[in-house]
Amino acid sequence: MSPMQTLFPNIDWAEIGQACIDTLLMLGGSLLFTVVLGLPLGIWLFLTARGQLHARPKLYSALSLIVNVLRSVPFIILMILLIPVTKAITGVSIGIRGAIVPLVIGAAPFLARLVETALREVDRGVIEASQAMGATTSQIVTRVLLPEARPGLIAGATVTAVALVGYTAMGGIVGAGGLGALAYQYGYNGYKPDYMLVTVALLVVLVQILQSLGDRLVTRYSRR
Amino acid sequence: MIRFAAASKSYRVDGALVPALEPVDLVIERGEVFGIIGHSGAGKSTMLRLINLLERPTAGRIFIEDNDVTDATGSELRKLRAGIGMIFQHFNLLSSRTVADNVAFPLRIQGNVSDGEITARVDELLELVGLTAHARKYPAQLSGGQKQRVGIARALASRPSILLCDEATSALDPQTTASVLELLADINRRLGLTIVLITHEMDVIRRVCDRVAVLEAGQVVEMGAVADVFLHPKHPTTRRFVAEADHREGHGPEFSGVAGRLFRLSFRGEATYSPVLSNVVRDTGVEYNLLSGRVDRIKDTPYGQLTLAMNGERVDDALAQIRDAGVDIEEVAR
Repeated sequence: MSPMQTLFPNIDWAEIGQACIDTLLMLGGSLLFTVVLGLPLGIWLFLTARGQLHARPKLYSALSLIVNVLRSVPFIILMILLIPVTKAITGVSIGIRGAIVPLVIGAAPFLARLVETALREVDRGVIEASQAMGATTSQIVTRVLLPEARPGLIAGATVTAVALVGYTAMGGIVGAGGLGALAYQYGYNGYKPDYMLVTVALLVVLVQILQSLGDRLVTRYSRR
Repeated sequence: MIRFAAASKSYRVDGALVPALEPVDLVIERGEVFGIIGHSGAGKSTMLRLINLLERPTAGRIFIEDNDVTDATGSELRKLRAGIGMIFQHFNLLSSRTVADNVAFPLRIQGNVSDGEITARVDELLELVGLTAHARKYPAQLSGGQKQRVGIARALASRPSILLCDEATSALDPQTTASVLELLADINRRLGLTIVLITHEMDVIRRVCDRVAVLEAGQVVEMGAVADVFLHPKHPTTRRFVAEADHREGHGPEFSGVAGRLFRLSFRGEATYSPVLSNVVRDTGVEYNLLSGRVDRIKDTPYGQLTLAMNGERVDDALAQIRDAGVDIEEVAR
């Protein structure tokens, strides 16, 4: 018996490999759509808030309420509630594709809040200077707000990605596959502690990689 | 030319209208350096922002070159603003862009200037403000004075006819302030740009402005040529500003032991450098005792202001002779 077999007697490494790929696919897919939805939503929140460029306090309150509701529903409940929606969009309710819809709907409002916060950190004086130069609102968003807030936006995306890793693991419980599913099925329900150990260790490594990548990008784009 | 026609501004605070600027009527001529001085909260920032409509007047109109721009919106507003440069107390540079990209920014957002033209214009402006060597740096790598020079270069990029300065030297040390003010005066002379600046320091007004308006609680309480306002301040607020600039706290008890009548003599232009007092002493035999004084320049004009005590039988003759020499005299109450 090789040392690996002695240490981890129950593990099928091919299955672990597939689970890693599934987790990365879920993470990549959901992160992409989370940014596509969350970034504009965050910008919209920022612009419509009281005292901002396009202050619409009532619209802001409505958006804010929706975002808060979605953020307060526990992800596991959100997943179950969203099954009909998921089916309508992807045709399936389980598997990687099935998991992406609830992952995005759970994470996009979270990212939107982080985007809004990052944009509020941009010096008001810089926005005023841009207005004084005759910039349009869309120019201010794309050429001033987003580049100036870039370190904060990257930090927000990193936090969201890490949260998504946790969500994908929960997704495993309802049959989305991935490392979380293995940890739950074999490690917890099947009493195979080596599975639990390996899957959790891999998730830790993934989170570490995401966080240090995010930190490095933040440093690179910080000019203050 | 910039004209305020009964322009006023009020803000709604907790449902009530609070006036920030009472109706103002004034004309700022093309090519002049116009200063607005006031304490914080006096309304000077509001007044400056009415010019490029960062603030809209609550009532009254704003004219730029005879055009009523009060209600300008959309592309008309953006075009107007492109013709009015603005610099700020805290510089407000884009921290994510280099010095050169900051200066290019107003041209890029206009969208109708070619890359070649932008590069040429940026080079020219950086040379004007003396920052050619720093083109590739980011604002965080510059000193305050250098940042303000970037701000000035950026404000001039789209060849504006008006430059608004919002407390542009208030965050700078005295030496840097002097060099930035010199640059502004130079730009005004060379480019014929109209400059409107707001400040709380009379010294800034004295160094670069042609005319000044003194603002107190949203009202223009005094306005005129800087030399007149500086040498003969009328309103108490103006007097306080002038006293601050002279680093004196009025003449009071410290002259109580001095014999004779007290006078304040204001020299201006040529009279500053002529031996008026020694001639008077020789001709009339009065004695004088110099108590305080200052000889300096208001923009390009030399001036002197002396407070002295005078004794003798022919004080009135002496006064007449001093007046004849073109010197203003005020008797100081004691």
